[in-house]
Amino acid sequence: MTTQVAERLVEFVDALRLKGINAGPSETIDAAAALEVLGFDDREVLREGLAAALVRRDGQRDVFDMTFDVFFPAGVGTPTAVQDSEDDLDAEQLRALLAMALADDDARALTQLAEVAVDALGAVGQEGSGTQGWSAYQTLDRLRPQTAVAQALAMRGGGAGSGQGQSGQFTDRLERDEVRRGVARFRELVAAEARRRTAEVRGRQTVARHAVAQSKDRVDFLSANAHQLAELRRAVQPLARKLATRLAARRRRRRRGQIDIRRTLRSAMSTGGVPVKPVYAAPRPSRPELVLLCDVSGSVAGFSQFTMLLVKALSDQFSKIRVFAFVNAMDEVTDLIKDGSGDLIGPIQSGARITKWHTSSDYGEAFGDFVEQYLDAVGPRTAVIVLGDARNNNQHPRFEALRRINERSRRTYWLNPEHGSRWGLGDSEALGYADIVPMYECCNVEQLSGFVGRILPV
Amino acid sequence: MTRTMHFESVVDVKSKLAEVGYLASDAVATTVFLASELGKPLLVEGPAGVGKTELSRAVAAACGAELVRLQCYEGVDEARALYEWNHAKQLLRISAARGEESWDEARSDVFSEEFLLPRPLLTAIRNDGPTVLLIDETDKADVEIEGLLLEVLGDFQVTVPELGTITATQRPFVVLTSNATRELSEALRRRCLFLHIDFPSAELERDIVALKVPDLDATLADSVVRVVNALRSAGLRKAPSVAETLDWARTLVALGAPVLSDQIVEESLGVVLKHQDDIDKARTTLNLSELV
Repeated sequence: MTTQVAERLVEFVDALRLKGINAGPSETIDAAAALEVLGFDDREVLREGLAAALVRRDGQRDVFDMTFDVFFPAGVGTPTAVQDSEDDLDAEQLRALLAMALADDDARALTQLAEVAVDALGAVGQEGSGTQGWSAYQTLDRLRPQTAVAQALAMRGGGAGSGQGQSGQFTDRLERDEVRRGVARFRELVAAEARRRTAEVRGRQTVARHAVAQSKDRVDFLSANAHQLAELRRAVQPLARKLATRLAARRRRRRRGQIDIRRTLRSAMSTGGVPVKPVYAAPRPSRPELVLLCDVSGSVAGFSQFTMLLVKALSDQFSKIRVFAFVNAMDEVTDLIKDGSGDLIGPIQSGARITKWHTSSDYGEAFGDFVEQYLDAVGPRTAVIVLGDARNNNQHPRFEALRRINERSRRTYWLNPEHGSRWGLGDSEALGYADIVPMYECCNVEQLSGFVGRILPV
Repeated sequence: MTRTMHFESVVDVKSKLAEVGYLASDAVATTVFLASELGKPLLVEGPAGVGKTELSRAVAAACGAELVRLQCYEGVDEARALYEWNHAKQLLRISAARGEESWDEARSDVFSEEFLLPRPLLTAIRNDGPTVLLIDETDKADVEIEGLLLEVLGDFQVTVPELGTITATQRPFVVLTSNATRELSEALRRRCLFLHIDFPSAELERDIVALKVPDLDATLADSVVRVVNALRSAGLRKAPSVAETLDWARTLVALGAPVLSDQIVEESLGVVLKHQDDIDKARTTLNLSELV
């Protein structure tokens, strides 16, 4: 293996580590061995080979693919598809071509179109100025691929392509969705192509660091976009199942070891004082009650929603769960959570009284409400979890209310989706509240599942 | 230690697996080729019913190797996975001798090959011919068994205190499967090549249906695959996998349906979806509700 290839590989692995794929030296060596066995003849084979050696779990593959495209690009410079097309195409013509490709469901044509589109519509910055690059956002904004959907559907209906879709067939109703999925794929292709072209100008590391998305369990709750949040929601069920199995294992192990000394000695009397058969203590399953206090104001709604869904999925681990939501007024939403699936915030905002005279969050007011109206929900077997960023909009924090809740409960925790470095800055009362109850930083799924795994009952 | 498998190239893997009725995607073929070339175990994850277990069967059939299978479950232990002494037989042997033997004789006699019950791991290691070792549903086993696997998969040798160390003459081709109900330990993952088998692309799935259910009309097969793909993207509790597609295709053949119609889909939806709320959701996705 030449040093050049080895260097490229090490750079690649470095970039992966930055994105949370922890590949150690032994994985790098595996990857190098794979490179040697597979050669550089077929790019897709190489991609799969490196993935087999470097990726260790599901959910990291998207990140791997994006980084791979940056470090091992399919070509250099202007793609041949662009050079082949003789005259410059404008957005209108590209859209027509796109509709055609979507109607035929032609993956090759989509790839080429993405290349042409980025070249024609995506150039930003000035040449040689350090700001030069290609923007996927600008390309898509000018091309507006979603407008090609209707056109593609019309073409399909007219019997274009492989002759499928005569009207009246059962599969006709699937076509709209299929075309939409085609558009989504096209968007990804454009993004990948823009990253590749930009990487050539700005350097691979820069692009890999900034333009490749984080892997799913490391996405920040506070900065996640709608698509990422939907993806997180889908991850709830598998995550809950994983946590439940971990708990079951822990419970089993605990049951094995506990010897009831008193009863063992008592039964030893029948064998002359020799404890032939140890007597085990009967397991006392403790399933605590859980009370969730969720800030559902815009800034932390994504985080609260994910946590509520997770707790709901884990509901058989608790004897009783009550959920309260607030912005600046506290209201019980247990029933809304129980019935709802998918989006929870919408029903809560329309169905519960969570605001008073203004619409920004006020923790002090909400805790005060809770102490006045719902304090009997908290008892000596209750664990209380507060979800929120403790940004109080400079209202009175009412520490004594939280202190009362804490005194009544078995344990009270606070999960804060903000980075620990920002606690206490601006209107954040995090440090004050953290003096009363333990506060945990919970920016992403990784940290949240770690916390839930720790506090769940054994 | 020699390698069991010999594949020429990725293309060779594909064609050999296709001969025994397993259509491999690029990802699967590449990883199998790498695993056989580098002599590393292959850890396969993915949703249920995409052909994880089937893959090892196909590799075994393609290479004329013996398939040794260790099915993991909660509480599987060394005695079930590695080896066990045949106690009953040992007792019989001792009582048959009636104390006419010296202690040394009896001891060396009772702990000999004859009284050893080899379990899958030991069987695979002692096998002289080409072997494929399948460790199925590794995630169901306890964490302790992973430590055992590390030792066995690292050096391909097993130490039986009374007999000495048994080393493999042939390096078996090892496949571990997992449904990810539990995170496997980092140490085990590190020793394996990782393969995530996902739902196949539409073209590949069409080919699979054509291969496994040859009686099904090609256009109908196409429609079946398209409907299943639509169901997969509908966010169901349990997305239908290849096994369900094939079941459905067989059902349609049995029903003698010429084309997909609302009624036929409505009647046979239970073959594809196994949860009631999934079926309800699918009805709205496929606009079936206005009919019934």
